[in-house]
Amino acid sequence: MPGQYHLQPSVTVIMDSIVAFHDGILMWSITAIVVLVLALLIVIVVRFNAKANPVPAKFTHNTMVEIVWTVLPIIVLIIIAIPSFGVLADQLTTPDGERKYLGSNIFSFGEVEVPAAEMTVKATGEQWYWNYEYVDQTKFFDSNMLQEPERLAEKPGQPRLLAVDNELVVPVDTTVRVQVTASPTGVIHAFAVPSFGIKIDAVPGRLNETWFNARETGIYYGQCSELCGKDHAFMPIAVRVVTKEEFAAFMAGFESGGDYASANATLAAIQ
Amino acid sequence: MATTTHLEAHATGHDAASHDAHTPTGWRRWVYSTNHKDIGVMYLIFAIIAGILGGLLSGAMRLELQEPGIQIFHGLAAMAYGMDPAGGEALDAGKHMYNVFTTAHALIMIFFMVMPATMGGFANYFAPLMIGAPDTAFPRINNIAFWLLPPAFILLLMSMFFEGPAGALGTGGGWTIYPPLSTSGQPGPAMDFAILSLHVAGISSILGSINLITTIFNMRAPGMTLHKMPLFAWSVLVTAFLLLLALPVLAGGITMLLTDRNFGTTFFAPEGGGDPVLFQHLFWFFGHPEVYIMILPGFGIISHIVSTFSRKPIFGYMAMAYAMVAIGFVGFVVWAHHMYTTGLSLDVQRYFVAATMVIAVPTGVKIFSWIATMWGGSITFRTPMLWAIGFIFLFTVGGVTGVVLANAGADRALHDTYYVVAHFHYVLSLGAVFSIFAGWYYWYPKMFGYMYSEFLGKVHFWTMFIGVNLVFFPQHFLGLAGMPRRYIDYPDAFALWNRVSSIGYYITFLSMLIFFYAMWEAARKKRPAGDNPWGEGATTLEWTLSSPPPFHQFSTLPKIDSTNAH
Repeated sequence: MPGQYHLQPSVTVIMDSIVAFHDGILMWSITAIVVLVLALLIVIVVRFNAKANPVPAKFTHNTMVEIVWTVLPIIVLIIIAIPSFGVLADQLTTPDGERKYLGSNIFSFGEVEVPAAEMTVKATGEQWYWNYEYVDQTKFFDSNMLQEPERLAEKPGQPRLLAVDNELVVPVDTTVRVQVTASPTGVIHAFAVPSFGIKIDAVPGRLNETWFNARETGIYYGQCSELCGKDHAFMPIAVRVVTKEEFAAFMAGFESGGDYASANATLAAIQ
Repeated sequence: MATTTHLEAHATGHDAASHDAHTPTGWRRWVYSTNHKDIGVMYLIFAIIAGILGGLLSGAMRLELQEPGIQIFHGLAAMAYGMDPAGGEALDAGKHMYNVFTTAHALIMIFFMVMPATMGGFANYFAPLMIGAPDTAFPRINNIAFWLLPPAFILLLMSMFFEGPAGALGTGGGWTIYPPLSTSGQPGPAMDFAILSLHVAGISSILGSINLITTIFNMRAPGMTLHKMPLFAWSVLVTAFLLLLALPVLAGGITMLLTDRNFGTTFFAPEGGGDPVLFQHLFWFFGHPEVYIMILPGFGIISHIVSTFSRKPIFGYMAMAYAMVAIGFVGFVVWAHHMYTTGLSLDVQRYFVAATMVIAVPTGVKIFSWIATMWGGSITFRTPMLWAIGFIFLFTVGGVTGVVLANAGADRALHDTYYVVAHFHYVLSLGAVFSIFAGWYYWYPKMFGYMYSEFLGKVHFWTMFIGVNLVFFPQHFLGLAGMPRRYIDYPDAFALWNRVSSIGYYITFLSMLIFFYAMWEAARKKRPAGDNPWGEGATTLEWTLSSPPPFHQFSTLPKIDSTNAH
């Protein structure tokens, strides 16, 4: 979004809580602190300049004030910390179907039901593209950024540097477990989709895990978020969320045709 | 501060007369120097030279990012390699060169600009003066500590001209030099040069801190207990301990990197049972204290300036001193907040969230105590004071975004985005650098004996204040919108704020030209500054000496008989 100055719109319960936490608590508290400091500085400039106040005061201590400005920040930090721990725990706990998630109401004890993970995809960072695997079906494919001539020819409606040849296709309203790693002989990358509220490093020799459950169909973009060499800026992540029926057809196409192209042919072409 | 009154006469008259005969002259005075003031000046000049280079590198980056697409780096690469600028080869070389520039910009600004300016320049020059010491404890160590820096800098610059990844020059692994990108990802010698550069710079800093710690513990003037010691000396003491404890960990980490690269070890290579994340722990165990190393001396400088120009003693001296100790201590146990996305377990992330937020408390104490120092004061807004007030405000902005990032839950969206770039430039580029300029203008008359032009100094401040805010404030927006850092090109939606940020760079560049003109003007006009140009508010010992101070000062040690020496 041109000129955007806030977080990306959310389509998952995790990003809901991040947005609520950031916009609802953090922004307000940090703005209040900055405004307070600025106001005090302005008062000082106006009231205590040498013309307005030729004789300086001599005090160097005020125990009460010092206690206040130690205790008040602690209280503010505790107010921040309470939802912070909840938001964090949600992100790192893959749903089992019973645990309830915070969603937008970050001061609740969890009120949003999220189904247990039904499928697993594995994202492997390569220099410089992503390889995705549908782990349950052992189907995999590469996803490369479209260079400008290809993008203009194939997907002119998709944004530059984000459009890819093969999107990761997942069903809507389904909890997807994402395993993230990097090529064992490669370097570290990071798998991130801002609208889902996920970001996790792809480290050689490690299998990291995160999860999402997207509630709206569409294409969601992310970009590699750990410096990985010259084409770090050119290995986007594109996740295409489709209806459950479309996904079933997609998977069937993958099984019968044996490759991503035949699976993708079952879906409407992306403009 | 009431020091004994005969001090001034001694310092300016007797000392100068009796020691001038031994003053070395010409190049010997500088190259062989064991004089803390001369070495301090050399550090400052070194920092200025490195700062110009580091600033120009960031200029190339902002020029590139001004518009979407790749505009200049393929051309730069074509020039450097002698390639056809229109070819794909030049484009690839350019992309790598951009990473080389970000890496070099960070390493130069951290190790060769901020640290030499604060812990090398100001600490060397003024910590001994403030505690009433004739020199540092180990003058020859001081000499070697400085003279290790130019070779370290040269090693880093040389790394830009050796092969990094196959077929490309320089190391583009970021200042964090994470393996495997810094090992198997860039097999050429460029990375080894960078590692050796850090080793040599680290030895320099360790030697410097040993010298400063010993000096401050053992050479305070009679009567100056630790609790009467000026806050700048406190900040230097805390910083020196941080350096002494943190740098060996970095040295260990990069030595393991070196052996992984050259001698077949696999500390960080998963195929040999190693772990790339281990390096990140070692790096940030050094790296987080390092950011306090860069800012703490600034805290000390700001305290003196605020007190001087308010004509009021520092509010809450003990709390100010121990807040720095607390920040230094807690700074060692929060390192993994740089690693929230590496796959740390929930409990580990919880701990680092809690520990990190604790730092906000002593930092808040400092901000509010500066404000309380000014409160009720009779303030003159001379140039150093403008920089100090600018520092307090901008450091607050950088500090609160740090609280946001401390929360692993929120960091999920912001990690490795421009929000982080904005945050750390607000605390360092606008925090540490503003404190360096504040200190420079504050002590310029003391160091060189001449006054700079108030007018030019203020124009410099306002231009730079506007410039750097234009550079870095919009980067918060970019980060929130999800733009990752260390990107040579970005989706078109991010164009607006990148353009604003680049315009801010040009204004900042202009402000630096004003600074150099102001320095040239001051050197040419030679307006004598007098021993104490700041009046009764300036109470620390350096203002009792002549400007510039005699080659050797305090042959008769000052006696601190005041009850309130700070």
